Amino acid sequence: MNLKYVYSFLAVLVLFLVAYVGVEGLGLDWLFGIIVPYLAVIVFVVFGTKRILGWGRSAVPFRIPTTAGQQKSLPWIQSSPIDNPSSKLGVWVRMALEVLTFRSLFRNSRIKLGSGPKISYHLEIFLWLGALAFHYAFLVAIIRHLRFFAEPVPFFVQLVQSVDSFFRFEIHYDPIQVGLPGVALSSIVLLLAVTFLLLRRLLDTKVRYISLAADYFPLFLILGIAFTGILMAYFTKVNVAAVKELATGLVTFQPTIPEGLGGVFYVHLFFVSVLLAYFPFSKLMHLGGIFMSPTRNLTTNTRAARHVNPWNYPVKIHTYEAYEDDFREKMVEAGLPVEKMPAATAAEEKE
Amino acid sequence: MSDLPKPDDLLNFSHRPPKTEWMDTPAEIKKGFACYAGNPKSLEAVGLPNPRTWSCFDEDWQLPENWQEIIYEGFKERLDKFRSFKVFMDICVRCGACSDKCHYFIGTGDPKNMPVLRAELLRSVYRNDFTKAGKLLGRIAGARPMTLDVLREWWAYFFQCTECRRCSLFCPYGIDTAEITMMGRELLNLLGLNIDWIATPVANCYRTGNHLGIQPHAFKDMIDFFVDDIEEITGVQVEPQFQKKGADILFITPSGDVFADPGTYTCMGYLMLFHFLKEKYGLDVTWSTYASEGGNFGFFTSHEMMKRLNAKMYLEAKRLGVKWILGGECGHMWRVINQYMDTMNGPADFLDVPVNPITGTRFENAASTKMVHITEFTADLIHHGKLDLDPSRNENKVLTFHDSCNPSRGMGLFEEPRYVIQNVANNFYDMPASTIREQTFCCGSGAGLNAGEDMELRMAGGLPRANAVKHVHDKHGVNMLATICAIDRAVLPDLMNYWVPDVEVTGVHELVANALIMPGEQERETDLRGEPLLGTEDADE
Repeated sequence: MNLKYVYSFLAVLVLFLVAYVGVEGLGLDWLFGIIVPYLAVIVFVVFGTKRILGWGRSAVPFRIPTTAGQQKSLPWIQSSPIDNPSSKLGVWVRMALEVLTFRSLFRNSRIKLGSGPKISYHLEIFLWLGALAFHYAFLVAIIRHLRFFAEPVPFFVQLVQSVDSFFRFEIHYDPIQVGLPGVALSSIVLLLAVTFLLLRRLLDTKVRYISLAADYFPLFLILGIAFTGILMAYFTKVNVAAVKELATGLVTFQPTIPEGLGGVFYVHLFFVSVLLAYFPFSKLMHLGGIFMSPTRNLTTNTRAARHVNPWNYPVKIHTYEAYEDDFREKMVEAGLPVEKMPAATAAEEKE
Repeated sequence: MSDLPKPDDLLNFSHRPPKTEWMDTPAEIKKGFACYAGNPKSLEAVGLPNPRTWSCFDEDWQLPENWQEIIYEGFKERLDKFRSFKVFMDICVRCGACSDKCHYFIGTGDPKNMPVLRAELLRSVYRNDFTKAGKLLGRIAGARPMTLDVLREWWAYFFQCTECRRCSLFCPYGIDTAEITMMGRELLNLLGLNIDWIATPVANCYRTGNHLGIQPHAFKDMIDFFVDDIEEITGVQVEPQFQKKGADILFITPSGDVFADPGTYTCMGYLMLFHFLKEKYGLDVTWSTYASEGGNFGFFTSHEMMKRLNAKMYLEAKRLGVKWILGGECGHMWRVINQYMDTMNGPADFLDVPVNPITGTRFENAASTKMVHITEFTADLIHHGKLDLDPSRNENKVLTFHDSCNPSRGMGLFEEPRYVIQNVANNFYDMPASTIREQTFCCGSGAGLNAGEDMELRMAGGLPRANAVKHVHDKHGVNMLATICAIDRAVLPDLMNYWVPDVEVTGVHELVANALIMPGEQERETDLRGEPLLGTEDADE
């Protein structure tokens, strides 16, 4: 049966053990706190850049945008400047909507084949919603984490953090007095969204059929990141000052290992490192690829402005002359005009 | 096809994927789905590799000995030449948004007709040969080596895609299966693996100027038949011109419309429109037997073959010294003209920016390519009140419009044909929104798959389109499906006959000609098909 998600889950479990045992058992704090993060960032930057440059090196021979609206033609016909962008501005807006709102995914529908037969098309908004929630929660989480790297904490990071932790979660009940001041909404949303995307992959038969181990692995990994993050923030209560010391050390190239960070923190950091290092070799590169998709990022004024193909080469064609030579007699007989009369050709051939 | 199953039997399938994983499910090359192999003479005629007599049902496909190397090198070359290909190989996340967008998946339930899996057929080999993860992890990373089974699978499924681009509309990254299929077919062609329904039209077009292999004198004869028919119905003798040097406009349309009903009526429509414009405004339009094909089955073979066949349009326009080119109703022809022609065979600096001399409209949208779509041209004429029309002569028809894939998702031609139809006919109803315009469904027979031997595939793939027609047929009494594509006109009658028997198929310019009041015409008693007109002939002039 389908072992792909089992492999991926086991892989993440092994990664967990590696980091936990490495730090708690073998005391390799410096390895998981300094060496691995540095290596991960290097791999991410070098190979990610290489991948993007590799795409850039491939030619764009033709302008092949998918036109999703009325073309700009006659002045009295209303055209769709965004879905069928004939101008650069239109392309910018189209791309911005794709990148920021996942517009194409928003179009999604689901078919139902009823008896008759009767095919119907139904609104399918959950993939779009789940994907949007996931990506934005992740983005907010990343921005929130910038507070560990900069002192003073930049204005926008503070802003995002205060909005994100707008909701408070407190239980005032005699036996339990739990207060989680400023629960990050993003971490809850991230956890829920990843869970949804994972369940969808497992339970929707079509999506399960097309899924590879490489589709489950990042989901489990990100689930692990979110889980360890929440665990640290609200339950094991990691020493934030120590985290900041480590992070600042790393970005100022004066790495130190502060005391008392604990295994869970290192697992969290290791998961993030693995995600970074895995990124350039995986489908996660859709982050860069979406900007380079020729069906979205080109203007549609293909008849108004010529696009040049850098490798355009001459090809063998059947010229009119060859065609007329082939059919001259028949053409003349049918009263079709010819360049050379048959008699003239015959005379030329004799010469 | 006598062994075509009944609709109920054809529907006996499920959209649930099978138990075995797709990599462990070998492709079945099925009668009724697969097309016959390319005739070696046709391959030879245009210099395609490995011409031989073979069949896809054979065990031995008579491949060149180093076929794996040829595929590898061809793959590599195309990754460098096409950013689309490289990016699309890398960035799919298998979200599944495309999975139920393909007409072939909807109509067959075969999971490899999900666009994502069609692309995975190539991606799995790409990962194996060109990525570190694939080389390292093999099957776990979704990689597999190129084997004969994989090649058979490519054959089965790249000739089970009509390059309609519906999936690319829904993909969050714009991954376009048409690109994938084009690359897949280019690679197959390197080994001499093509279907005859593509290879022979290509060879014909190369030599005779059109897919059907109609020689110049026969082409003129066929047009002359239409002239007689038109005279019989209207009492007016139209006088088409061929290869006329110095004409204003060169007109190029798919040869299918010269050859078979109901496209022939559309062809008569063009002839009548041009005659009207000549008589009334002195517009000089010429046809050419050399450039007598608008369509381009080279597009379904390789980029190079597309360019070789397309070259004739500009060559002939230059030789004849016309001002610009007018193109007829055709689907993939317009993807080629709109997105490829200028790049491949331009710049057309020997032509003028198209101006309609009758209305003064400058077609800025065609300023560089210098080729105008006939519905753009006719819509402009109607908008300026230059045509004398009697829409009541189409009163016997209740119409809907099928947006052809290529003018929809490779151009965006939605309003022009609708504007024309609504000005020449009174009864028009659009199909549901999820099945028209940019979301339109393929006829199920595009991209060279309109053969006879794959009828079961065609009827299955056409199901979503036919089902939407049935909806407006039941609801509004639609009895005529209008379209601006010659392949549609050739294949939709079969599809309608199979799923919605009471609906006929027409081109838009057949409707125009029915309504067009020609100078000096007799009172018409029938439409172009010889069907009696409804009600009286009182025109509301």
